[in-house]
Amino acid sequence: MNPASQIIPLFVSIALAGAFLTSILGKRFKRLPDMIGTVTTFLLLWLSLKAVATVARQGTMIYSVGAWKPPIGIAMVMDSLTSFMLVTVNLVAFTIALFSIDYMKRFTSKWKFYTLFLLMLGGMNGVIVTGDIFNMFVFLEIAFVASCALVAFGTEKQELEAAFKYAIMGTVGSLFILLGIVFLYSFTSTLNMADMANILAGKGTPNIVLMVSVLFIMGFGLKAALVPFHAWLPDAHPSAPAPISAMLSGVLIKSLGVYALVRIFYNVLGMTPFILDVLLVLGALSMVVGVFLAIGQWDLKRLLAYHSISQIGYVVLGIGLGTPLGILGGLFHLFNHSVFKSLLFLNSGSVEYATGTRDLQKMGGLAQKMPVTGTTNLVASMSIAGIPPFNGFWSKFIIIIAAVEAGRFWYAFWAVLASLLTLASFMKVMKYAFLGSLKEKWNKVKEVPIFMQTSTIILALICVMGGLLLWPGVREIFLMPATDAVYNGLGYSASVLQNIF
Amino acid sequence: MIIYVLCLILFCVGLYCVLRKRNIIKIIVGIIIAEYAVNLFFILVAYRQEGRSPIYSSTEQIVNMVDALPQAVVLTAIVIGLATTALLVALAMRIYEKYGTFDITKIRELKG
Repeated sequence: MNPASQIIPLFVSIALAGAFLTSILGKRFKRLPDMIGTVTTFLLLWLSLKAVATVARQGTMIYSVGAWKPPIGIAMVMDSLTSFMLVTVNLVAFTIALFSIDYMKRFTSKWKFYTLFLLMLGGMNGVIVTGDIFNMFVFLEIAFVASCALVAFGTEKQELEAAFKYAIMGTVGSLFILLGIVFLYSFTSTLNMADMANILAGKGTPNIVLMVSVLFIMGFGLKAALVPFHAWLPDAHPSAPAPISAMLSGVLIKSLGVYALVRIFYNVLGMTPFILDVLLVLGALSMVVGVFLAIGQWDLKRLLAYHSISQIGYVVLGIGLGTPLGILGGLFHLFNHSVFKSLLFLNSGSVEYATGTRDLQKMGGLAQKMPVTGTTNLVASMSIAGIPPFNGFWSKFIIIIAAVEAGRFWYAFWAVLASLLTLASFMKVMKYAFLGSLKEKWNKVKEVPIFMQTSTIILALICVMGGLLLWPGVREIFLMPATDAVYNGLGYSASVLQNIF
Repeated sequence: MIIYVLCLILFCVGLYCVLRKRNIIKIIVGIIIAEYAVNLFFILVAYRQEGRSPIYSSTEQIVNMVDALPQAVVLTAIVIGLATTALLVALAMRIYEKYGTFDITKIRELKG
C-alpha cells in the first residue's frame, strides 16, 4: 500500500474523534469545546492542503479500509477532485469554527453544538473521500442527521418547523438515493464506484441506467436544492444559528448535492447528452427563480438563502455544459461561492449578534459602528454580484464564456441576467443595512469580538485574492487537475483500479 | 414478480402518507413505511429461490446461495433509518410542546 495514502481516512477519523472527545469532555471543561473545534478544523485544513500537494505529485491514491482490497472491501479514493473539495470544505469549516467561539456564547450547551458540527464535518469529508457508493450514502446520512439537529438548535417555533420540513424532505431524498443504489447493485453486483463504472461501460446504456439517473437527480437534486426541489432551503438555512447557516449554504449543499451528482454522473454512470441537458435546464431554472425570489426579501438571512439556490444554479449550469471550460467555471464558482456565501452568512450573524435583528428595514448605517463587518460585507457582496476583480467575477465570467463557446446563447443570457439581479439585491442589502444614516437606536452598537472579526477578514481576503487561482502556475495545481478528473469521465475507474496494490 | 409489485405498492403507500397526511405522526409513519419498502426490496433483489446461506462446509456442495452483502448493507440502512426516525420523533415532541398540535396546516410560522 502506498504510504502517502494513510492520510485519507484521517479526514473522517479526526473529525469524528473531535466530536467524540467534545461529547464526553466538553460538559466538564468550559473552554475545551472551543479548543477542540478550532484545532480539529485547522488540522483538517492543513491536511487537505497537504493532500493537494500529494495528489499533484503522486496522482490518484487509494486506501483500502481494513486492508480488504477493493472491489471487495470499502475503498477510499483521493484524486484531484477529492482534494479540491476537501480544501473547500475544510477551509470554510475552519473559519466557521473560529467564528463560533464568540458567536455561540449566546446559546447554552456549546459542547452540543461543537459535537454536531464536527459530526457534520466528518460526514461531509466522508462523502468526499469515499469510493464506495453505499458508504457514500452512510456518510451522507451522518451529515444530514447532524445538520437537521443543528437547524433545530435554537428549539424555537420557527426553527423546529424548518427542521421538520428539512428532515422530511431530506429523508425522502435519501430514500430515492438508496433506491437508485439498490437498482445499480442489482444490475452490476458491486458497490465499488470504480468497479461499477467498469461493469456499466461493458454493458452499454440500458434503460435501468436511465431510471437510476432519474432517481439520483431527484435525490441529490433535493440535497443540492435545485429549483423544483428547493422548498426546504429558504426555511432551513435562515433558521439555523449563523455559523451553521454558513456551513449549510457554503459547503453542505455542495458536498452532499453537487459533488455527489458530479462524481456519480461523470465518473460512474457516464455522462450522456440527455443528462447534460437536464442539468442545464435545472441549473438555469435555479439561477433565475432563486434570484427573483431573493430580490423581494426583507429578512437578511432569507435573502441570502435564496441566493444560495441561485448560485448553485450557476455551478450546475457550468458543470452541465460538459466542456472543460464549463466544468472549470462550475468548480471554480463552487469554491468561490462557498467562500463568499459563508462570509455573507457570518456577517449576517455579526449583525444579529450586535443588533439582535435580521430585518433589513430596521437596520441602517451600521457600517459606521461596525467598520470591519461593513467592509467585509461589501467585499462579499461585490464578489457574489460578480464585480471585477473579486473572485465571483472570474468564475461567472468563465461560465458565461463557456456557454457562449458551446453555442448555448440563451443560457449565457440568463446567466448575465441573474448576475444583474444579484447585483441589484445586494445593493439593497448594502443600502439598507450598512450605508445611509445611522438610526438612533443603534448608537450603542459595538463591533463584534475579535475572533468573529478574524474569521470574516480571512474569508474577505480570499474573496479578494481568489482570482489568483486562475494564474498560470497556480491553476495547474488546484483547479485544472480537478477539472481534468471530472472531464476524464469513465477514465476514473481505470485510474482507481490501477492504483490498487 | 408479484412480490416486487407488492413492494412497490408498499413504497407508494409510504409516499402517499408523506404527501397527503396532515398529522405529523402519520407523516413519520409514512417515512418509516417507505424506508422499509426500500429495505425489503434490497433483500428481495439478493434472494435466490431455494437458496442457502453462503457458508462453506466440507460436507455439502453449495449450488444455490443467497447474496449476503445486501443483508449486511440493509442492516446498516435500518440503523440509519432508526437514527432519522429518532430525530423526527424528537422534533415532533418539541413541536407539540411549542404549538400544542400535530396538524401541519396549523404549524405555519414561516413563509415567503
